[in-house]
Amino acid sequence: MADPDQADIGGEPRLRFRDDEPHDEPAVTLDAFLADPGNAGAVRLEAGDDARLLGPHLDRLALVEVSFPSFRDGRGYSAARLLREAGYAGELRAAGDVLVDQIPLMRRCGFDSFAPEAEVDADALNRALDRYSLHYQAAADADAPVWRRRHG
Amino acid sequence: MYRYDEYDQAMVDARVDEFRDQVARRLSGRMTEDQFKPLRLMNGLYLQLHAYMLRVAVPYGTLSSRQTRMLAHVARRYDRGYGHFTTRQNIQYNWIKLEDAPDILAELATVEMHAIQTSGNCIRNISADQYAGAAADEVADPRPWAELIRQWSSFHPEFSYLPRKFKIAVIAAAEDRAAMRLHDIGLRLIVRNGELGAEVYAGGGMGRTPMIAPLIRDFVPAADLLSYLEAALRVYNRYGRRDNIYKARIKILVHEIGADAYRAQVEEEFLAVKALGIDPPAAELARITAMFAPPPFTTDLPDAIDLPDAIDRTDPDFAIWVDRNVAAHKQPGHSIVNVSLKPAGGIPGDASADQIDVLADLAERYGHDELRVTHAQNIVLPHVATRDLPAVWAALVKAGLAEANLDLVTDIIACPGLDYCSLANARSIPLAQKIQARFADPVRQRDLGELKLKISGCINACGHHHAGHIGILGVDRKGVENYQLLLGGSGAEDVSLGKITGPGFSEDGVVDAIERVTDRYVAVRQPGERFLDTYRRVGFETFKEAVYG
Repeated sequence: MADPDQADIGGEPRLRFRDDEPHDEPAVTLDAFLADPGNAGAVRLEAGDDARLLGPHLDRLALVEVSFPSFRDGRGYSAARLLREAGYAGELRAAGDVLVDQIPLMRRCGFDSFAPEAEVDADALNRALDRYSLHYQAAADADAPVWRRRHG
Repeated sequence: MYRYDEYDQAMVDARVDEFRDQVARRLSGRMTEDQFKPLRLMNGLYLQLHAYMLRVAVPYGTLSSRQTRMLAHVARRYDRGYGHFTTRQNIQYNWIKLEDAPDILAELATVEMHAIQTSGNCIRNISADQYAGAAADEVADPRPWAELIRQWSSFHPEFSYLPRKFKIAVIAAAEDRAAMRLHDIGLRLIVRNGELGAEVYAGGGMGRTPMIAPLIRDFVPAADLLSYLEAALRVYNRYGRRDNIYKARIKILVHEIGADAYRAQVEEEFLAVKALGIDPPAAELARITAMFAPPPFTTDLPDAIDLPDAIDRTDPDFAIWVDRNVAAHKQPGHSIVNVSLKPAGGIPGDASADQIDVLADLAERYGHDELRVTHAQNIVLPHVATRDLPAVWAALVKAGLAEANLDLVTDIIACPGLDYCSLANARSIPLAQKIQARFADPVRQRDLGELKLKISGCINACGHHHAGHIGILGVDRKGVENYQLLLGGSGAEDVSLGKITGPGFSEDGVVDAIERVTDRYVAVRQPGERFLDTYRRVGFETFKEAVYG
């Protein structure tokens, strides 16, 4: 659960891995967005939403926020990859029950900003982000999988 | 055998560092137990009734002597001097201290071992045929494919928080020694038009809702393997149920939407994923395959030395052991040795540190340095020169490892049960021991022939009771341990699910019931029929009548 002391943070991400200006517009639900796709630049996907429905509209979006109702619910990892594979280049934010040790995996799936509802241990996060310099599999990030290092 | 390169080693080392960091944060209270739980599980660490249990991965069940000695060392130094081999071809230690776990992982990393993804809702250790590379009936060694999948699935960023655990098995023979179709995904390598590829089965499993996996793709070439698996897992990750832990396995999804609908979704996703270029080049599978090249077999052995004639069989105990526990090898003059970890009165799958060292020594001296763990919780020395069988047997006898009961009624698969496991409803180990005592007469055991008996101490089915020719399920009935009897299951190529006979029994009562079943089998069998054959011929009712009168 969110720590009430941090309620003033609101929806602002505290961890952002992008150089552009944060997008301030409040995100609308997927249903609301699809009802009037020209009207909003930010969408919030709930865990069960089908990210592929955003496919025709990705170039209009500046922010997609993916909800993690529980850190155990991993549907958002696939949503992120689907969006990146479809060409989405805007901000992709993981929001909700997001834990330090999950952020490196989420980065690999294409998330580039994070709004965890609980305090993040900054030192632990930095260690986690620096720990794995190698990856076995290709994902949404630019890192070459190990097999490419082996075979060029 | 596969050997790590600098990349594999760096990743396992990073994992040790990561887990040390996580344990430190947990011990200092910076992480709650709820938050720590999925992290420790993905490193094989469970909290059981009395202590932590650490499950160490044995990829596709293959071990070198050096790795095996490390397993003995861990048993001695960090546990109580023994380890327990599991139905997933892994080993687990039941008396581990949390603060020791990072050091254990660091020691394992020195011999290219780890506990990565041996638990948790992720892709688990890949299992395979324990006779891989030795069986005459395989089209290829399945382990290079299993290793390719191991690497792809390790730390997979998208599939580390799946709805539920995910188990993959790879075989390459017509005979299924790995219960392939009782896995979330089962692969069987086949050759089509001269090309090696895989049949893909999806949605099998045991647990409280057992399912036999349907075929969803009749041929996936190596070049598409990882794309296809990525698509199959992605469809599961998106649609698998998360509202009910008991309905979260892929088998429920495949069952609810149907194999055809699941297949269609996977094919659609595969088309998109294939375009991403995530499949390694053929050179990667070739690199791995080269490491599984056959060992340098002695080729000056005449075929005449082949089983069963050319070895000295004058010792009747040795002859019985050879006939029971030794299987034909594809290389003339060689044999596959099965070492039973089911001695009378023992704990199925347990081995002491000293026994584990003996097995390592034997593999080094006589077995081209290789061992295998089987899903039936036994050990295999896959490459032994037939002329060395007497020496191997003598050493096994000395170590208490020469029980000649492979696939007999006393070769029982059993989960740890209520003696260790916090999920269990009933004890499995004492029941296994009582059954072994009832059928202690080795002549009687051999007369009963192949009879796979499997015991689970709860409905989660870790003891594979659904796949037992005779299965036993321990349940809790108003606070009393109660055992249900199942008949007719099989985890082999003739896969089937056992059927519950009716009301359950007490611990002693179920042993009596099993004996009534075997008595009926002896009474009605035809020459050459195994129990399972007779059961299938005469039907369930005949045996139900025998059990309940």
